[in-house]
Amino acid sequence: MENTNIIELKHVTKQFQDNGFIAVNDFNLEVKRGEFVTFLGPSGCGKTTTLRMIAGFDIPTSGEILLNGKDISKLPPYERPINTVFQRYALFPHMDIYQNIAFGLKQKKTPKDQIDRKVKKVLSLVDLEGFEERSVATLSGGQQQRIAIARALVNEPEILLLDEPLGALDLKMRQEMQIELKDMHDKLGITFIYVTHDQEEALTMSDKIVVMSEGHIQQIGTPEDIYNEPKNAFVADFIGESNIFSGIMTGKMKARFCGGEFDCVDDVPEGTHITAVVRPEDVEITKPEDGMITGTVTSVIFKGIHYEIAVQSGKNEMEIRSVRAPKVGEKVGMRIEPDGIHIMIAEDHTNRFLVDINEDYRLAYNGQLLDASLTKLIKGSRREADGRVVDAAGDVIDIARTKIEASIQPEDIKMTDNAEEGLVQGNISNLIYQGSHYLYVIHTDLEQDFAVYDEYLWNMGDRVGLIMPVEKMKFSMKKAK
Amino acid sequence: MKFTRKNLCIPYVVYLVLFVALPLIVLFYYAFTDGTGQFTVQNLTGFFTDPNAIGTLLYSFAVAIVTTAVCLLLAYPIAYILAMSSLKRKSTVIMIFVMPMWINFSLRITALKEVLTVLEGNLAMYPFLNAVIGMTYDFLPFMILPIYTTISKLDGALREAAMDLGANERETFLRVTLPLSMPGIMSGISMVFLPAMTNYVVLDMLYNSTYIMGSLIGSYFAAYNWHGGSMIALILLAIICLFTLLTDDDQGEVQRGGALL
Repeated sequence: MENTNIIELKHVTKQFQDNGFIAVNDFNLEVKRGEFVTFLGPSGCGKTTTLRMIAGFDIPTSGEILLNGKDISKLPPYERPINTVFQRYALFPHMDIYQNIAFGLKQKKTPKDQIDRKVKKVLSLVDLEGFEERSVATLSGGQQQRIAIARALVNEPEILLLDEPLGALDLKMRQEMQIELKDMHDKLGITFIYVTHDQEEALTMSDKIVVMSEGHIQQIGTPEDIYNEPKNAFVADFIGESNIFSGIMTGKMKARFCGGEFDCVDDVPEGTHITAVVRPEDVEITKPEDGMITGTVTSVIFKGIHYEIAVQSGKNEMEIRSVRAPKVGEKVGMRIEPDGIHIMIAEDHTNRFLVDINEDYRLAYNGQLLDASLTKLIKGSRREADGRVVDAAGDVIDIARTKIEASIQPEDIKMTDNAEEGLVQGNISNLIYQGSHYLYVIHTDLEQDFAVYDEYLWNMGDRVGLIMPVEKMKFSMKKAK
Repeated sequence: MKFTRKNLCIPYVVYLVLFVALPLIVLFYYAFTDGTGQFTVQNLTGFFTDPNAIGTLLYSFAVAIVTTAVCLLLAYPIAYILAMSSLKRKSTVIMIFVMPMWINFSLRITALKEVLTVLEGNLAMYPFLNAVIGMTYDFLPFMILPIYTTISKLDGALREAAMDLGANERETFLRVTLPLSMPGIMSGISMVFLPAMTNYVVLDMLYNSTYIMGSLIGSYFAAYNWHGGSMIALILLAIICLFTLLTDDDQGEVQRGGALL
């Protein structure tokens, strides 16, 4: 059987010696000849380290990197038929453009006339004919980027590695270069491995996207797969804008989340604790009486082709993209078609919920104050003498625009018969025995579902209070819109 | 009078006038006058027709060139290894190399003299060698520091880029690291070369009979011949200016040359 994989990574792990940090953990990937593969993830997710291991700048702690079936993981960079385009270009400042591009060819002892020809050809490929004599310093960022690409491509590598090559360019230039890079890839047929934290860039250019987080692969798939069928909440949140809700299956292809019950297309057993993902463009705004759920518009931002609308529905917030704008404060209904809802079985049962910041700049939930410091939560912020909280830049924190999300693990929540004792009250809507404990889903009066572990058996429908110790909660700021 | 930002430069102007411009004028005045205050070029022609003076100039050059070369050969590897190492306390190690500079100069040289006496017996037997040892000991930090700074500021991605393009460690050093550390080397050379030509105090303290330019100037002033001494100082100044201009040009040359290796 013919093996069309140009490069395979098998169980590749990288642990840094100085601090023991595991940057990449059990990374497995197959790349076909001629593919455009993108490693996508937030900074520190291990994507650049993986690229550096393919280039040869870092040696894996364990695992194999097979190039055409041969393990190259211990080879030095100069013995690999792979070239890199560096993040900050790394052009040699003491050489002119010709010398920069010719560097690799000279290293291979290519005859002078051939070097001349190839340099000329690759310069025309990147649209910079006649730049041979120019010095690096006289070039703009975009031009330097093209030279860096030319310098790598002139060696006709089997694989071209690109480490956030467009990160330093302005938006317009970046979009132009995205198209040009894609064209180059189609024209040359070289395998591209591209690293970026920009999801739009990844979706635009790639044949295959590898989403990474904290050293682990989260999902591998085509851009469509990853956008439409995210495997977990991380991918859904990272790729595109998403509304992510925790909920429960209430029947065959029926799910409850965000205070409503929706038909969906995923067949997940009744009673399963789920994560539901709804893209902002899949929510339709209707009259209140026509909606599956209702809410109040809290903000409307014009974005050019559409409006970004935030609607508060009970304790949940829904982001919506629409070409028509309701008014702030208006009561609206919301409809979501079954195929607009993506259901994932909750793999971790972490409970996430928004908490309030009151006028006194204190955190509260369900009308009860939480003993947690807002100033500790927002980096560099401090409380002024008049009680207001200002951020590092000295601007007063805008309570309406700052969203704080709290998360708590199911084992950290205690149920109590005395409902008023709890931070929030609700009824047990599901229970599953999980060997050493029961997993309960509690549907609260605030229309949210909480997962709770408890070793004792409670009854369906029992009214309970949930005791949630503040010290077990983790808080994070949601990006302000 | 209103205080403006311009007023801030007044102290510096005063400094420049008092300690740079005025001394230079005085130097020029003495160099081109005789004992009666008449203009003369006698001091200039005198220097270039005095075989002893020319001999001293050439000998000083020899001492300075050898000292600079030895300093460079010692300093570059130290600076390179330190800059490239992943040591956590690099600055401490650099400090250890530089620390002798914080110990009184005469104490250091006296100590060196004692050590050399033990090793060589009679110091007078190796005047040139001892001159170079003394100067190297004294000036080495001035060579290490600029080279270290230049190399450690080099973008690591440049070396990775060279290796990525097929250059092994040695080729990467020759084609990228060395040419790019030239500014540091040049600044180190200019900080060692001139003192090595003139700092006769080091030699005096080593009981060294080697006669360098500094010694010559000193002897003129000791004999109250301010005019002759000033002229020699002026000639040295001209030589150094010339040297600096040339190395500035050379720097570009060397970089381009390095790239063509």
